Amino acid sequence: MRAAFMLRSIMELVSPAGSLSALKAAVDNGANCVYTGFRDDTNARNFAGLNFGLDELRSGIGYAHARGAKVILAINTYPQPSSWARWCAAIDRAAALKADAVIVADLGLLEYAARTHPELRRHLSVQGSATTYEAINFYVRRFGVARAVLPRVLTLSQVKTLIGGCETEIEVFGFGSLCVMVEGRCSLSSYVTGQGPNLNGVCSPASAVRWQETADGLESRLNGVLIDRYGAQEKAAYPTLCKGRYRVAGETFYAIEEPCSLNTLELLPELARIGVAAIKIEGRQRSAAYVGTVTRVFRQAIDACMDDAPRYRVAPDWSGQLDRIAEGQQVTLGAYHRPWR
Amino acid sequence: MRLALGPLLYYWPRSEVLAFYRDVLTWPVEIVYLGEVVCSRRHELRLTDWLDIASTLAAAGKEVVLSALALPESETDLRLLRRLIVESGHTVEANDMSAVQIAAGAKAPFVIGPHLNVYNGATLAALRACGAARWVAPVETSRQLLAQMQQCRPEGLATEVFAYGRLPLAFSARCFTARAHELPKDDCRFCCLEHPDGLLAETRDGEPLFAFNGIQTQSAKTYNLLPAVADLKSLGVDVVRVSPQSSASGEVIARFREVLDGALTWQQGYARLPHAAEARYCDGFWHGRPALEQVFGVLTR
Repeated sequence: MRAAFMLRSIMELVSPAGSLSALKAAVDNGANCVYTGFRDDTNARNFAGLNFGLDELRSGIGYAHARGAKVILAINTYPQPSSWARWCAAIDRAAALKADAVIVADLGLLEYAARTHPELRRHLSVQGSATTYEAINFYVRRFGVARAVLPRVLTLSQVKTLIGGCETEIEVFGFGSLCVMVEGRCSLSSYVTGQGPNLNGVCSPASAVRWQETADGLESRLNGVLIDRYGAQEKAAYPTLCKGRYRVAGETFYAIEEPCSLNTLELLPELARIGVAAIKIEGRQRSAAYVGTVTRVFRQAIDACMDDAPRYRVAPDWSGQLDRIAEGQQVTLGAYHRPWR
Repeated sequence: MRLALGPLLYYWPRSEVLAFYRDVLTWPVEIVYLGEVVCSRRHELRLTDWLDIASTLAAAGKEVVLSALALPESETDLRLLRRLIVESGHTVEANDMSAVQIAAGAKAPFVIGPHLNVYNGATLAALRACGAARWVAPVETSRQLLAQMQQCRPEGLATEVFAYGRLPLAFSARCFTARAHELPKDDCRFCCLEHPDGLLAETRDGEPLFAFNGIQTQSAKTYNLLPAVADLKSLGVDVVRVSPQSSASGEVIARFREVLDGALTWQQGYARLPHAAEARYCDGFWHGRPALEQVFGVLTR
């Protein structure tokens, strides 16, 4: 019986860090790998006060390496001709810092990294929007990509088929805020604010947000566009474009999606069984306390799952801890389960 | 500069699609993109139907390109892609990297569709090396960026710009049309058929913001670069694209043709666009601004 549950791989836990304290929290709580970015628009979490300067990064990498953890750098926005040299310099810096890998979306930049620093491990970013094994094998064969991160859109059976046809490791999102759109294929934010994930590393940027008390309630606006309006009893949410309430055919509702987060604790044995190589936690914009909590829970869960998959159960204590920090206070299995779709 | 009719992004009844492309035969458009880009569940037309339309259009002297699905997920989607690329005998517009991989493997020339993130010369060069014959700039491309891209464009690669239509802004695994109809995606009852130009989503103060087209989200406003035609020419753009809508696409094509040929100034063409008075145009991306803004509009008043 036991053989039926043989696990194909030991899943790596990949935690986010937007600061040195978050990086330490990730390492201290059992992350195998921490992903982060430089403090500029070369990464898709280009938020004020977030990310790493050179010295911090050097010290963060030292801290992680001394404790057997890896640090990988997201350089996953799309460079333009006028900024090309800056993105290449970010790759060069990652190599010089001895980062354990770079996470890249742009095809030209992958080519540059493969040619200039063949020894630097390359991961395909979720922003690369590769949803089939054919797409992933394109990056593997031409640019030697060692791992691909999947967009949060595939069902479990689709992920399984994909892994079957893939010539590289697959990383999936395990916890955190959900992008309802395919990552790397969303221009909603640029449409409304002129700044978006692909070119600027931001979504619905804070600089475009205005809150206003009106006779109809508290209004949130993005570059003047009304995203939502809240009654006295309602809890206001950050005006991310896809999480606004809009009027469609006379009805006002969360026409795209309600604020919610993804939680795959229940799915871990299945993810391991189909050969997922790594579980990624979303949230480089979140606090060190958040990173520490999620990392600790997922460390325990992955260890329990690896130890004895058939007996694996989600501990109530894990769910309790995650429920308290989940966005929108909801948990969902996201696209991995059909009903969501 | 040549004129292209982009792929039909909406889901129309079979008879209406066939009638639409019968009309296209007579329109002054050199290139026609055909096929389903948005949703693999849409089956009013099968591949063989599209190939029939392709033959008719090709016989009438049009260049035909078959557009591939933007978000392939399943083995069935991949099988269809392989048939499209390897067996159809037509050039394919690749709208994701699966299509690029299959086309490169088959040594089939392809068009880089607007849904691929191509923002620098190194990316263009790599795709050219895979067999790309033309690239459609992503809709976020500004004039300034396009000028830079034209400088580093590889030899032999033509450039196309999305110049008119509702902007394709995003793809999702989720279907927003089905969601609005309170139906699950897998049992959507093909409700997209009820919305020939997409389903409008307005802000709570009544401003049209998006148009839902199944798993695709479009701008509610119509992107309009007719005023930029001379500029596009001066930048060495080879093709401008008009995206089909359910009414008056023929007239839009005619106005672009007249302005391209110099028979009308852009101001004259603009004033004679169908529904010009009540149309809600935008052109912000071109100006490096939030796309829902209209900069050219100031010049027409």
